[in-house]
Amino acid sequence: MFFWYRINAQRIISILGSILHLGLTIYVFSFIWNNGTQTLQAGSWEAPFGITFVADSFSITLVLLTAIAGLAVSIFSASSMIPDRLRFGYFPIFHFLLLGLNGAFLTGDIFNLYVWFEIIIISSFVLITLGGEKAQLEGAVKYFTLNFLASMIFLTAIAVLYGLTGSLNMADLAIKVAEVENRALVQITAVLFLIGFGIKAAVFPLYFWLPASYHTPPSAVSAIFGGLLTKVGVYALIRVFTLIFVGDAFLDELLLVIAILTLFSGGVGALIQNNVKKVFSYLIICHIGYMILGLGMFTEVAIAGTIFYLIHDIIVKTNLFMVSGLIYRIKGSSSMRALGGFYSDYPKLSLLIFIPLFSLVGIPPLSGFWPKISLITASFNTESYWGLAAIIFASFITLVVIAKLWAEVFWKNPGEIRKRIKFDYFHKMGKYRKLGFVAPIVFLSFVSLYIGFGAENIQILSSRVAQELMDNQLYIDAVFNNVQNPE
Amino acid sequence: MKTLILKTASNYLLPVLLVFSVFILLRGHYLPGGGFVGGLIAAIAFVLHAFANGLAKAKDLLKIHPGFLMPIGLALAFLSGVAPVIGLDDPFMTGLWFPDPFPVIGNVGSALFFDIGVYLVVVGVTLTIIFTISESA
Amino acid sequence: MEILFAIIIGVLYAAGIYMILRRSLVKLIIGIILLGNGANLLIFLLGRITEGAPPIIPEESKVFLEAYADPVPQALILTAIVISFGLQSFAIILVKRAHKVVKTDDLDEMNATDEDS
Repeated sequence: MFFWYRINAQRIISILGSILHLGLTIYVFSFIWNNGTQTLQAGSWEAPFGITFVADSFSITLVLLTAIAGLAVSIFSASSMIPDRLRFGYFPIFHFLLLGLNGAFLTGDIFNLYVWFEIIIISSFVLITLGGEKAQLEGAVKYFTLNFLASMIFLTAIAVLYGLTGSLNMADLAIKVAEVENRALVQITAVLFLIGFGIKAAVFPLYFWLPASYHTPPSAVSAIFGGLLTKVGVYALIRVFTLIFVGDAFLDELLLVIAILTLFSGGVGALIQNNVKKVFSYLIICHIGYMILGLGMFTEVAIAGTIFYLIHDIIVKTNLFMVSGLIYRIKGSSSMRALGGFYSDYPKLSLLIFIPLFSLVGIPPLSGFWPKISLITASFNTESYWGLAAIIFASFITLVVIAKLWAEVFWKNPGEIRKRIKFDYFHKMGKYRKLGFVAPIVFLSFVSLYIGFGAENIQILSSRVAQELMDNQLYIDAVFNNVQNPE
Repeated sequence: MKTLILKTASNYLLPVLLVFSVFILLRGHYLPGGGFVGGLIAAIAFVLHAFANGLAKAKDLLKIHPGFLMPIGLALAFLSGVAPVIGLDDPFMTGLWFPDPFPVIGNVGSALFFDIGVYLVVVGVTLTIIFTISESA
Repeated sequence: MEILFAIIIGVLYAAGIYMILRRSLVKLIIGIILLGNGANLLIFLLGRITEGAPPIIPEESKVFLEAYADPVPQALILTAIVISFGLQSFAIILVKRAHKVVKTDDLDEMNATDEDS
């Protein structure tokens, strides 16, 4: 932050910081993989009183993904952001956002989660408005209002929860909420949490802000938003509904219905859009549906599917928004009507872009395929055939959308695009800037290829995570064990 | 806003408010007060000066750009949190205290440095916000 | 006391949401502020209102001597106030910028994001 006005220094520091972050995270990940859940009591205050940070395998997986996506986006934005935006402190705020994300994934205290959410949304507000174009500001107003509303509902829910139990520590809450006699009030609180996180995760009736705002900022920002921001909402939903509000048949039913409607509406929305970025925005909504569906079914297989989907989706969505930025840079437009002929112009790049696009659909060896197997198996096991129908329908729609996009953007003869005079076209850039555009896409494509071909490993990971999530006693023990025998 | 009364008053109020803000900052550990409130009072002092004598004067008085206070404060607060991890292998943000109380100030611990960090951040943020709004108005 | 608080909170929430639903941008900000205050008061209410001493244990004793006020809700409210302060100031600047660029105060006329591009 000391280099607020010195852009080049910021670029270098940002990329170095991201690499360092990734390295550290990999180290911590392997440590936790071998040694089980770690906890940190901030300020040595003991568990139910102080603020706890908990790193179980679920959180650390997400932190690892954040690090990967963060590295890719910081390289991408180093060459794609125009200097005007960088001068307003793009990089410091970007890293602030990453800090908020990591904090939200790691915290074990529900109010602390709220604080991290606020850090995330404040920095995302700044990122979304940087540049101050008309569409951006309008998108930001909508984004701001709904997210603020979500935070307030979340805060209200925390207040009610505190009033009920007198505790804020998530592990402590898990014990105490189960003992509360007034079940109706617990259910209402749970629904409040559902609404608050639901707005952030953009599930069915609450997603309208997302397509109105995600396509407005520059694509580096959209990439980090699309890849990670809604996923924090999903993370919070999974955490709260597997740890605190467990085993409520009504809530599971509600989640299932919401998930199915999300799948339908997101898919249909994506079908009619013409702007590449808007298509991706609707696809985010559609695929959030898968994760919520897994959570709603609430069996181990289903949760494992959800986790796998989450892993796959973060990587692929981040990549896709960067792809849309690349397409925009090359052609000067992101409307599907105007685009075309990409394949004949850039065959190698097209092949590269093929990977994330079709792993989103879930063509078998690519990464989107495996979690769907788990989800479908789970929906057979729980006999929720509507869910099954929704999964298949949404996969089909995604296929149609992606096929349409492929045909329009890559195969069709190009339409008329006005040549913009002052526009910073891709083919005019220097070699290193081109590399900065392509390298992160290659990097993420390799990661998603690994997820596809090394699916066994990811499956092991996600079933272990699911096991830990289904058995909330493990989490509680991890938090309180530190109290009994401090290191 | 150019009134004589406000102008004269603000000249006297500025140092009083600043000293008061430091006082609030220092008594914050056991009594009401602390970095946040102290920072707000200090910010009010400068805002009042800006109201009475114009924005440019207030900026001259501050010497450095208020936005610059934020990273300094953050770094200070962060260091005070990290210090126990590096020095004594305690968890993040464990309170460390000097054994003997200092004259006038009292006990000094890492919490005080954290609070000073908060103080700087609050002054920086508030002034940046208010200066930005009043500049573009 | 509790009933009075409950009524006030209800009114603040209702007014805040009503204001957010209005079309004017300025009213949006007012609504946000009201809603934030309502939520803060709610934390205060649900943290049980007690008349008590500050929760500091005197040096010579080991437990609380008299009824004490729960410090947690107050810490929560302080944090929430700081956060909503930041958000509100951001909202004001955002609305000002939006007003300058879009040249309207009416949310219904902000449709640039829904246009086909």
